Formats: sequence, C-alpha cells, structure tokens
Amino acid sequence: MNGRLVRYLGTRLLLALVCLFVAVSAQARVLDFFQTYQPEVVVSDPYIEMHTGPGRGYPVFYVAGQGDRIQILKQRTEWFKVRVPRGQRLQEGWVHVEQMRHTLDLEGNQIDFGKIALGDFARRRWELGLNGGDFGGAASITGYLGYALNKHITVQFEATQILGNFSDGLMASGNIVMYPFPEWRVSPYFTIGTGMIKTKPHTTIVQAEDRTDEIVHAGTGVNVYLSDRFILRMEYKRHTVLTSRDDNQEIDQWKAGFSIFF
Amino acid sequence: MESRIQHIFLAAIVAMGTLWVFPAAVAAPDPDELELEPLVVREPERREIDIDRLDKENFEFGLLGGMMSVEDFGSNTVVGARVAYHVTEDFFVEGQYGKTTLGETSFERLSGGAQILSDDERDMTYYNVSVGYNIFPGESFLGRGLAFKGSMYVVAGVGSTNFGGDDLFTINAGVGYRLIAKDWLAFHIDVRDHVFETDLLGAQETKHNIEFSGGVTLFF
Repeated sequence: MNGRLVRYLGTRLLLALVCLFVAVSAQARVLDFFQTYQPEVVVSDPYIEMHTGPGRGYPVFYVAGQGDRIQILKQRTEWFKVRVPRGQRLQEGWVHVEQMRHTLDLEGNQIDFGKIALGDFARRRWELGLNGGDFGGAASITGYLGYALNKHITVQFEATQILGNFSDGLMASGNIVMYPFPEWRVSPYFTIGTGMIKTKPHTTIVQAEDRTDEIVHAGTGVNVYLSDRFILRMEYKRHTVLTSRDDNQEIDQWKAGFSIFF
Repeated sequence: MESRIQHIFLAAIVAMGTLWVFPAAVAAPDPDELELEPLVVREPERREIDIDRLDKENFEFGLLGGMMSVEDFGSNTVVGARVAYHVTEDFFVEGQYGKTTLGETSFERLSGGAQILSDDERDMTYYNVSVGYNIFPGESFLGRGLAFKGSMYVVAGVGSTNFGGDDLFTINAGVGYRLIAKDWLAFHIDVRDHVFETDLLGAQETKHNIEFSGGVTLFF
C-alpha cells in the first residue's frame, strides 16, 4: 500500500514539476498568445542566407538581398523563421541569429538579438535543475525549482528519489539558497532546508516496514556558469533525519547536475 | 502587384500626355507649390523591436509507443510520453515516462504455477531525464519528390524504474531519429537501453532492457 503511495507521489511530483516548468515558460507569453508578434526588419548587409530548416545541416535555398524587408515569424533555439517577398510571392525560411545581426529595424537602428550571458544569472527569476549523486551510499536523483526573491536569495522546492540496493525512498523539501556572489562564473552558495523523507525497504528484504520522517539539512555548493542558460551545479548536503527512535540519523549527500535559469 | 504596375504605366502615360499638352507648365512649376505637397508621407514605426516577445518554439511534447524487452520477463508493449527542451540546435534535455507489463519468466512457465510477481508487480513503469545531442542533422530523401528535414540524436541519462515493486536506479542510453514533418510536428524512432541492477531472481545482477519505440511530438 505504502509502496504504491510512494510511486504515486513520485510520478505526481514529476508531473507537477514538468507542468510547472511548462507553465512558467508559457506564462510570459499568455498575453501575446492571441496576437502574435511578428516584427519587420530590413537587411543591411549585401545578403543574408535562408535555410530550409532551423539548423546548419539544412541547406541554404535562398538569399535575401540588401534592402529587403523581412518579417520575423518565430524563433527556435538560435534560429529565426522569416518571411520575405520573392517576386510576387512570399518565401519562408530559417536564418541564424549571427545573420540576423545584419538587419536593422525600419528606422535603421540596431536590434538587440540578445545572447544570454554570465551576468544574466543575477537577473534570473526562475531556476530549474536536475542532478544525481550519492545519498548515504544509495543513488539519488533530484529535481528542483527555484524562485529568486532577489539576486542573492532563492527559495527552492526539491524532490529527490533515493534508490538503494536494499531500500528506496522519496524526499521532498523546501530550501533557502544564498548566493553571496551571483555575478561570478564560479559562484559558491549555501543552503538550509527542511522536509520529509519516506523510506521503503525492498520487497526482497523481510521484516522491515515503511517509514516517514522529518528531515533538516544544511549544505554548500558551487555553480559553474557554462553558456546560454546552462549552469553546472555541484553540492554537498548534510541531512539529519529526525527519527522516532532514540538517535537521529546523519546522512551525507553529494550530487552534481545541470540547471537552467530564466 | 499587377494593378500597381498598371498604375505606374498609367501615371507615365498621363505624365507624358501632360508634357506634350502643357510643356510650359511642367517646365516652369511654381517653386512654392512643390514644397507644399510632399509625395508620400510614411511615418516611421516608433516601436523598438523586442526579440523576447517573439513566439519561441523550444519545447517538444509527445507520445510514444513500441516494444520493450525486459530481461527474463519477455517483450511487451510499451507506451509513454516525452517532453524535451531544445537549448541549442545541438543539445536538448529530455524527460520520458513509460509503462509496460512484465511477462512470465521461463521458470514461472515451466514450474507450473509458481509466481515470482503478483499481478500488481507486473506493471513496470520508468521515468528518466536525459541529455541529447543531435548528430547528422540534414535533409533525407524518400524517392525523387520528397525531402524531409530531420536529425539523428544520441541520448543518455538517469532515472528510476519501478520493477517488481521496487524502484531501481536506472541508466538509459540510446539513439533515435527525429523527422520534422512540419515546423510544429515531428516523428521519432528511438532505440534505448535501460540498465538497472536487481536481486529479484536471487543474485544481484545487471539487467539490460531494450526499448524500441516510435512517437509523435509537437513543438510549442
């Protein structure tokens, strides 16, 4: 019964995280949903190349010449889908952001095509990450969602699945993370938090039952900015499981993974 | 467009006609009048272009179905769902959830009645999160008339498999092909190995479980 509950909660939690992830990215666009924003720009260099698809592997099939007005339809990764007049018809194709820099707006101003850089981490709103590692000898997989209150402090919800040889479990916790130096490429941080841990011994182990305990933890880690929105994250946490037995249990957790920030 | 060309011709004919009828009037226009009527007034659009407001289609969501072979437990239908976020044109992160059923081991069949797993435990589910890399992106051709955009990809990641009632740490790795039919629609073929350790059949063993699936995804 409890095993089913853990499984049920585990899948629901993951689902909730995915939904939240999608909701967060969608939220910003809710207002623009019904009126698509498709601005026009003018080619300022001799030409820009249009590919059949959003990738360098897809061939160049048309070039838009200097002075052509092109309409930007949408974006996928670093590619823009554009529409240009070709004779009496309209031609659609994909242009790389580096080529898009050779365009100006209708008033002749430069356009900021944006490149997410190191400094943008300090301006993040949301953080989403996944990491794996060792939880007192068992494997652990953690997903987290963080919301930045300001550039130094993030509140963070974490869900961890613990997978050992003799038992597995699920841990959910709320955390406060402090970044003293959010602008640094290699940026240390400190965290404290509390939550619940549910442990379920494997079916091949006899005479053991499921437990749910409170847990508190403190930890430290380091963010290494990679590129775009990507961060490499390594962390150590010391957990204290507040058991119903005489002694509390201390567990060390080491983990590493990736995070994306928005 | 045609009517514009007609207008230009018409304008030219009228202009030539005017020149012929009133050469003096055209040759010596009143300088004041010229300045009063500018030809076309186009107010420049004062809005700055905001790239962040563009429609971004970096998410891919879809369903998959196929066969999954679970070591010792035979092959069965697998169904699942996948979400991917494309970070660059090369890299993506992906989450996948799948569900299959476990068949009978040869021991169960030959022993005549002995059951290792209960009916409940015969449902196997897995989830994983993986990093993928697109290799060989390009167009593929079918016959003479059809060209498809697509890409092979390799993925590897970690996750958990609920196998025989226990959650097991699982590593997955595989290779697939994504065929982009429309900007918003893609088809997948995917072969993946799910590796975990279990002591369900006596000794602690590493099990390789191959999944072969096809899928449909939408970009949004």
